[in-house]
Amino acid sequence: MNALGRRSLLQAAPFIGPFLLLYVGLLIYPLIDGLALSFHRADPFGGRAFAGLENYARLASDPVFGQALGNTFKYAVLVVPVLTAITLALALALNKPGRTASVFRGLFFSSSVLSVTIITLIWRFVLTPDAGLLAEAWEAGGREPVPFLSQPDLALLAVAVATIWWSIGLPMMLFLAGLQQIPEDIFEAAALDRANRWTTFRRITLPSLRRTVVLVVMLQTAAQLQLFGQAQLLTAGGPGGASRPVVLFIYETAFTRWELGYASAIAQVLFVLILAVTLLQFRAGTSRREP
Amino acid sequence: MKGLADRHRLTPLALAGLSLAALVMVAPLLWTVALSLKSNAELMRDSGTAFSAPYTLENYRAILQGSQVFSWLLNSLIVSLGTTLGVLALCSLAGYGFARLEFPGRRALFVLVLLGLAVPEQAVILPRHQLFADLGLHNSYPGLILPGLAAPFGVFFMAQYFRGIPRELDEAALLDGASRWTLFWKVLLPLTWPAQATLGVFTFLASWNDYWWPLISATRSDRFTLTVGLASSQMNYAQTSGLGYLMAQAVFAALPILIVYALFQKQIVGAMAGAAAR
Repeated sequence: MNALGRRSLLQAAPFIGPFLLLYVGLLIYPLIDGLALSFHRADPFGGRAFAGLENYARLASDPVFGQALGNTFKYAVLVVPVLTAITLALALALNKPGRTASVFRGLFFSSSVLSVTIITLIWRFVLTPDAGLLAEAWEAGGREPVPFLSQPDLALLAVAVATIWWSIGLPMMLFLAGLQQIPEDIFEAAALDRANRWTTFRRITLPSLRRTVVLVVMLQTAAQLQLFGQAQLLTAGGPGGASRPVVLFIYETAFTRWELGYASAIAQVLFVLILAVTLLQFRAGTSRREP
Repeated sequence: MKGLADRHRLTPLALAGLSLAALVMVAPLLWTVALSLKSNAELMRDSGTAFSAPYTLENYRAILQGSQVFSWLLNSLIVSLGTTLGVLALCSLAGYGFARLEFPGRRALFVLVLLGLAVPEQAVILPRHQLFADLGLHNSYPGLILPGLAAPFGVFFMAQYFRGIPRELDEAALLDGASRWTLFWKVLLPLTWPAQATLGVFTFLASWNDYWWPLISATRSDRFTLTVGLASSQMNYAQTSGLGYLMAQAVFAALPILIVYALFQKQIVGAMAGAAAR
């Protein structure tokens, strides 16, 4: 390196050095170490024995992993379309000036600022059969309360509903921002052409929101693939693993059974999945498809 | 032109639908508050009593008269403020460096930082846990703060902002004999205040609500953050002193952030939407 290069590097070091040090030490190194860990049998005390592809082979035939992976897809399929539709509808209804719309916007966003542990506390006592709000309503109607959180076919759905309630704010705001970008004169032209509401929505609003829809679906899919706290705290993944997502499986494998190598292999698979979703939808967002 | 005027007003049908949706949003919150205002003994008999008086503040009194909830609140505050200040300092420096300085390897390093945006927490959390165990950092404030400082989003965000500031400012300051450091500190940094506010609010909120990392790093109850403390309260619910008390903890934990939200609604919404749409 020439003297000029060395001097400019010395000049830049105090600015980018501190961050880079932490970034490499606490993100890049763990990323590589995690990959290495997945090829080892490892215990929490630092003992590691090389195991080749053993963890991955085990993964392929582990029914518990298969179930957790299936559950994770179910969460994504249940939450993402419903959440996208609800938040788009809310944004369309609330894209208005004035106090009323503003109050509604603030209200629908408010749940997003709460932490997952507050959300689960609130929803546990909406859903439990012995003290829940829904149980009280059911009883008032003269019916037996439903044990939403402990019934195999309802537990996953219950966690999904709480998740939707929690996640409504951000996509709604993204859609509102997207709607603000559409020039008003297109709508004026449509009104002059006597286009009805449905036609206007289908021909103007929806195509203009294409990028926002892709963004919302991408963010939410990536978020639901990483669903963790809601399931851990509301159902503990049960009953019989019926609502256990992959991240909860990673957590249990690493921190209750202390199989760090195996847990790392699961984490790698999830990482690839999330990366694939991101890339897929990045492509969908950038390619222009003509109608 | 009826259709046009319509678009700026809430129709009765839309208003009815929105009110119903708002009720679904608010009912669980109101139920939580109602439960927190009932005596534990009464809830033990029948939780349906939460719909009617008498209400009491005894659960809140119990929290104020020395419970661990306070120390959890303090821990959360220290960790979130520490993370926020650290991120603002590190990312302003690095953002400026990448946006304005020329040095060998700049492009490659910036790409390396950008790649970090695609790394989910799950991919690094296990080896990070081992690393922090080796360094003896678990159950400490640095142990809870440091991982938040390694996130690449802020660098990308600040670099973008610095790039938007006209270079003429730099040239004028350098002509006046200012050093690189004075230029950064006295001329450019004050101009980035809006970006600092957005990044700060976003970082604080993310840190305040973080659950995964404090759950595995802070295992001693006096080191719990509010999120982990509340998680342990609800998991040990059978042994704790009652439903009303538990729900009072939820309300107590939710209040600070809801107050912050009420005060800074515009900034918070803007910060979260801005971070998502990066």
